[in-house]
Amino acid sequence: MALKGNLSDFTTTQLLNLINLARKTGTLSVQGQDQNTEDVTADISFREGKLIYAELGAQGGSLTQILHRAGKLTEDQARLIHERLQGKTDKQLGHRLIQSKLVTQNDIIQSIRQHVLDVVYGLFTWADGSFKFDTGRLPEASRITIPIDLEMVIMEGSRRLKESEQLQEELPDLDASLRFVDRPDARLRNVNLTVDEWKIVSYVNPKNTIRQIAKANKLDDFQVRRTVYGMMQAGIVELILPKKPEVEEPKKTTRRGRRPEQTVAERKSVVNRLIDRIRSL
Amino acid sequence: MQAVKMVITGPFSAGKTAFIGSVSEIDVVSTERTISNAAERVKDKTTVAMDFGRITVDDDLVLYLFGTPGQRRFDFMWEILSEGMLGFVVLVDSTKPETFREAKRILETFQSYASTPYVVAANKQDHEDAWPPDDLRIILRLDPSVKVLPCVSLQKESVKNVLLELLYSILEQLDKEGSK
Repeated sequence: MALKGNLSDFTTTQLLNLINLARKTGTLSVQGQDQNTEDVTADISFREGKLIYAELGAQGGSLTQILHRAGKLTEDQARLIHERLQGKTDKQLGHRLIQSKLVTQNDIIQSIRQHVLDVVYGLFTWADGSFKFDTGRLPEASRITIPIDLEMVIMEGSRRLKESEQLQEELPDLDASLRFVDRPDARLRNVNLTVDEWKIVSYVNPKNTIRQIAKANKLDDFQVRRTVYGMMQAGIVELILPKKPEVEEPKKTTRRGRRPEQTVAERKSVVNRLIDRIRSL
Repeated sequence: MQAVKMVITGPFSAGKTAFIGSVSEIDVVSTERTISNAAERVKDKTTVAMDFGRITVDDDLVLYLFGTPGQRRFDFMWEILSEGMLGFVVLVDSTKPETFREAKRILETFQSYASTPYVVAANKQDHEDAWPPDDLRIILRLDPSVKVLPCVSLQKESVKNVLLELLYSILEQLDKEGSK
């Protein structure tokens, strides 16, 4: 039977926990939007409850692409390999690359592992997206798969999600804008800004929302929140919040239910009679 | 004449009325109304107060089955219905994962009313898209001691099985109480 649903109803943590506990084998396909709000599909494969492979949309999951993204191959090397070794499986390609001493076996294992984890950790931030688990469907045989314990992935993913949520609490509204503080204190004299911070500084203006600043700098929600929060803590910028109407949550009271006073033996007798009656229906 | 009751609860459109109708010796007394909320127009009518079914055991004992209203705005009825219940069944539409969170909320609410035994019935198991009971257990974070049973509420034998399993759980709890 198919497992289908939407990430708005289940968290990624719940799904991975289910796959882990049920020791499932197959591929989880999630269709959603990435942080740039572009439609994308993530395919994540498992064997007996262990994470073994992942691909994210057009990002590509071939070994050459993975090694290039991991910085183990230059763009030129990746292009040349792609041209000359087309048709080779990832396993064959891996052997050739090791033989030619371009990469080590450990480079390949670590790069694939990191690629798979990046895809899965990214999934933790998806709040919406339809998913389907195809039991028994595994990646193409040509792919190199690496078994990874899901417990570790769930714990780290949850930790990252928590950090993201804390930042979201500090900066809940990306439609707020920023301004430089009126009275910058002494801390500003020796401040060193990161590249991301400099990018944001150049856009600080009450007319620009944080969301617009993120878009202009191609930063995702998590990155922009983390950077802005750091700058707020350093006393460089402060928030200008948009006004919103307050919504009050309805309150509910509960009472404890009453139970009729009967002895255990009397109640057992009643239950046994009910069992007999229902069996005979 | 002693009357005992069981409550059949679960999210909107989980199949509660059908469940009771499969075993009740009387036509289910439903307080159904045409649905006004477009978002919940999965079916034409819904139970607004309760469903009511009956199984007569003998001259001295009768079992009433009460189905709770599925829509959230009628949940003030839940506590009233739960008073004095022998146990309860949480019926879940296994083909509608978007209702699982609501099922969990309902389950926790009923648990807060009384510490009576309960079972979870994974309904509509005859549908291709149904989630298996074992997966439902994990996703609803149910204790291994909680029974999650396959169910097709339109089939009498299936409903009987769910009710019997609930009664066995009630009996086990009474045994524990008796041995204290």
